[in-house]
Amino acid sequence: MALAKHQPDVEQRDTGHTSKRKDARFPYISLLLGLLSFTGMLVSIWMIFLYAPLDAVQGEPQRIFYFHVPMAWLGMLGFGVVAAAGIGYLITKDERWDWAARASAELGAIFITLARVTVSIWGETIWGTWWTWDARLTTTLILWFIYISYLMLRSYLGRTPSSARAGAVLAIVGIIDVPIIYESVNWWRTLHPAQQVGVAGALPPSVVLTLMISLASFTLFYTFLMIQLYQLQRLQTLAQRLRAHLM
Amino acid sequence: MNHPYLEVTGLKKSYGFKPILRGIDLSVEPGQCMALLGANGAGKTTLLRILAALTSPGTGTVRIGGFDLAHDAQQARRLVGFVAHQPYLYDELTALENLLFFGRMYSVRRCKERASVLLERVGLVKRAGERTSALSRGQAQRLALTRALLHEPLLLLLDEPDTGLDEEGIALLETLLQEHRQAGGAVLLTTHHLERALQWSERIGLLSGGRLTYQSETGGLEAGSVREVYQEALR
Amino acid sequence: MTFLEQVLAILWKDIRCELRSKQTWMGMALFALLVLVIFNFAFDLRVDNKAAIAPGALWVAVVFASLLGLGRTIAAESEKGLMDRLLLCPVDRKAIYLAKLLGNLLFIGVVELVALPVFAALFNVPLFAGSLLPIVLLGTLGIASVGTLFSAIASATQARELLLPLLIFPLIVPVVIGAVRATGALMVPAANEPPWLGLITAFDVIFLSISMLTFEFVIEE
Repeated sequence: MALAKHQPDVEQRDTGHTSKRKDARFPYISLLLGLLSFTGMLVSIWMIFLYAPLDAVQGEPQRIFYFHVPMAWLGMLGFGVVAAAGIGYLITKDERWDWAARASAELGAIFITLARVTVSIWGETIWGTWWTWDARLTTTLILWFIYISYLMLRSYLGRTPSSARAGAVLAIVGIIDVPIIYESVNWWRTLHPAQQVGVAGALPPSVVLTLMISLASFTLFYTFLMIQLYQLQRLQTLAQRLRAHLM
Repeated sequence: MNHPYLEVTGLKKSYGFKPILRGIDLSVEPGQCMALLGANGAGKTTLLRILAALTSPGTGTVRIGGFDLAHDAQQARRLVGFVAHQPYLYDELTALENLLFFGRMYSVRRCKERASVLLERVGLVKRAGERTSALSRGQAQRLALTRALLHEPLLLLLDEPDTGLDEEGIALLETLLQEHRQAGGAVLLTTHHLERALQWSERIGLLSGGRLTYQSETGGLEAGSVREVYQEALR
Repeated sequence: MTFLEQVLAILWKDIRCELRSKQTWMGMALFALLVLVIFNFAFDLRVDNKAAIAPGALWVAVVFASLLGLGRTIAAESEKGLMDRLLLCPVDRKAIYLAKLLGNLLFIGVVELVALPVFAALFNVPLFAGSLLPIVLLGTLGIASVGTLFSAIASATQARELLLPLLIFPLIVPVVIGAVRATGALMVPAANEPPWLGLITAFDVIFLSISMLTFEFVIEE
């Protein structure tokens, strides 16, 4: 775990702030979040497998739902954070916003990939197909592509301010586009009705509860991971800067 | 006017992680000319690009005519004329078309007249209707000079303007710079030519490893004493 | 100079520079010819259900043409320092964006000029009477508005020709869906068709504004 407490001596003042005080708080928050999310995940898993009712129609595989929904949600949230951090960077030009953006981009990409995988598995067990052009699914697929293009772009452009700006612009355009994409696919789908992904009808309270707990603990987990990845980005940047200073 | 036209305080700039400028302080008053010397790669071009608002300043403040580049870059750009290594001209357009276009971009009034006057001044009237790609290096350099002077800037920035010019061209350059300063403008130029720097400017500075290792008035300065410092910096 | 005058001045300059460059003439002539040939084969659909496939074929062609048009801008701008000449001037960066956008639209438009009559003739779609032209115009505008922004971003990278489609395709999905459906509705009118043209227009307005506003962050160093 990158609970960074030590600050390297050469801390470039490009940010114009000393981040020593603020980052020192992170270890404690990080620890707290780590414990909370760990507990939350344990409770979730117990609830998902033992507490939630067995679905009459779909059987055991339906439990994938409790994993898939939080992952898809975090994929969306993650991209929202990338866009918000991007806006923050464009306004303040403070590189720490960019660290947050890169961290969330990596995290969100993983979650959205998992979301795709879980829903494919689910679909396969229910209908025997790995894919269906449902509105939500298609949107997550496109979001996945946007994530990949973001990561590729950042990779090509490196760790420069112009890279951060380009990423921010991409994220802003992307996040505004996602609802539009969803709507357009929805309209399109009304003409080609396909299987709906999700649980139809009213949900019994135990299902709702399990889902909520699952969402909450995954979100806690995301926040915990965000802090780690943020610190990682920070350390990577400082290391590269140190290396450049010494050359 | 008491304010210096150019004020640089604590300017630092890195490209990626490589620091290029490590803290520059200088100022140029109206009517003054400052010459910067330094080895290639010392950061001269980067400094000029920042002053021309082509590259953003890293940390530190740059004020041109009172405008802070970090906030009022567009206003600052109006006051700056930049003659760089590249002529910043459009090859496919004629000399006159180039000037008219840039005149539009800078909102120059009575642009056609002004362009004609300037072309006359640098001796390019006969070439006004030719494409820039057909001009020689020296002629392109002169055209670039007119482009920089077109909008009557307060501050003229020149990156090694004497390279690529013949004797006549250099004499012309000197005259134009004199006129500009007599009209109240300021000049900051970089050059490799020590004598010329001492002859043309009131202040001289030595840029080495991203820092101004030497700065002084040129009045009464002997070329010899500076030369040693200069050779040291070049090594 | 007003904003609009600046846009037109830059656009006019770009057009003049393009037209005077010998490469452009040759290239465009060959390109138009090639497009004509390819579209002829692409639209020569010996399928029973022509009407279902034709809109798709048309819009794949438009996207293809758009990418080529945008790619040409990239190729031009990837030479270092090309934008510097403009960025040196106190010209509004939004004006630069609009001028580039209009230039791209013109280029893509020339290609569409070749493709559309072929399409209209083959599938009996009225070129001027119906709303084919507005659909094509608005759809192309949507693709180009996002494309102009991202071609500026991609031009700074190594694999720019690969990166540009990767960046643009996911984002223009609503435009493609809308345009294909709207074109299809022209050929085979259906009841309860969602307002596709409205969707495309909304997309255009939103992303034109965003691109215009964020362009300066992308081209300045």
